Amino acid sequence: MSELETHHGEEPHIVSPKIYVLIAATLLICTALTVAASYLELGPWNAVVALGIAVFKATLVVLFFMHIKYSSKLMKLTVFAGLFTFLALVGMSMSDYISRAWGSF
Amino acid sequence: MAVVHEGEHHEHPAYQRHHFVSMEQQKESASFGMWLFLLTEIMFFGGMFTAYLIYRNWYYPAFVAGSHTLSIVLGTTNTAVLITSSFTMAMGVWCAETRKRGGLILSIILTLILGLAFLGIKSVEYHEKWVQHHVPGLRFDAMTFVHPKAEPGQPVEPGLPLDMAQHTEIYFSLYFAMTGMHALHMIIGMGLLVFMLVKAMRGAYDNGNIAFIENFGLYWHFVDIVWIFLFPLLYLISRHQ
Repeated sequence: MSELETHHGEEPHIVSPKIYVLIAATLLICTALTVAASYLELGPWNAVVALGIAVFKATLVVLFFMHIKYSSKLMKLTVFAGLFTFLALVGMSMSDYISRAWGSF
Repeated sequence: MAVVHEGEHHEHPAYQRHHFVSMEQQKESASFGMWLFLLTEIMFFGGMFTAYLIYRNWYYPAFVAGSHTLSIVLGTTNTAVLITSSFTMAMGVWCAETRKRGGLILSIILTLILGLAFLGIKSVEYHEKWVQHHVPGLRFDAMTFVHPKAEPGQPVEPGLPLDMAQHTEIYFSLYFAMTGMHALHMIIGMGLLVFMLVKAMRGAYDNGNIAFIENFGLYWHFVDIVWIFLFPLLYLISRHQ
């Protein structure tokens, strides 16, 4: 019997509508916050605040709407690998871009 | 194994493919494949985001002036519309998981309506750009950035030197490339929504074979995430500069 149980595993996790409502409300509030923050004069911090809120919103969507919080380690690692590769490629492009003119000053 | 145990061929749904050990494994494989596709999409949009980042540093005054021509009201409305459509799609996945056919059909219809609303508002914005000669190409006119007209109730924008004003065309090229590819993803998504709507009305998902709906949900939320980053980058971060 124990052999069979390993085949059955657990029931797939179903995320409840309550969580979806909560996340959707948080996302809408964050949208209002980011628009409000864009009317404040923060200099270079405007971009930092706007992108910080965007990253927070995207994280909520991935974790809850896309069920990654309740997914297996394989799924979590896949998402992380995508994020890592994206940041590595952008980082390398940027390091090339900012170092092109070195030595010519 | 030589000995066949009693009950080894345990119950499994008819839609479980024979090469999978269990439904969990089949479901895991399907969403793993979907996520790999989404990773290629991250790279695809990532290239355009990187181009935007570099050109914005290069032609900063042109990007600020270009950004000021966008409507924050329309952009914010569209963000709210798209987040709500992500919510209705998440509810659709829940209805499919709990085998509520009526709820699934309603969720798909609401998601379709919100998607149409997004594209409608987007086309109003595109039309405004066309009227103002801000669409890159033969009709593009940089002179509005050299001698800006005073908008009622708003401070007069300082004019740009001609060479910098011409670089606003790069801002608008990236604006149309990014929002255009995003809109194309939404149009494809809405085609798939219609397909799922027809199948749901015929009761195709009542047996619990809902991998298609779950993976479409991932796609739709991904498109939402792209917009979550496009909105602040294109509309918001240059407001005060």
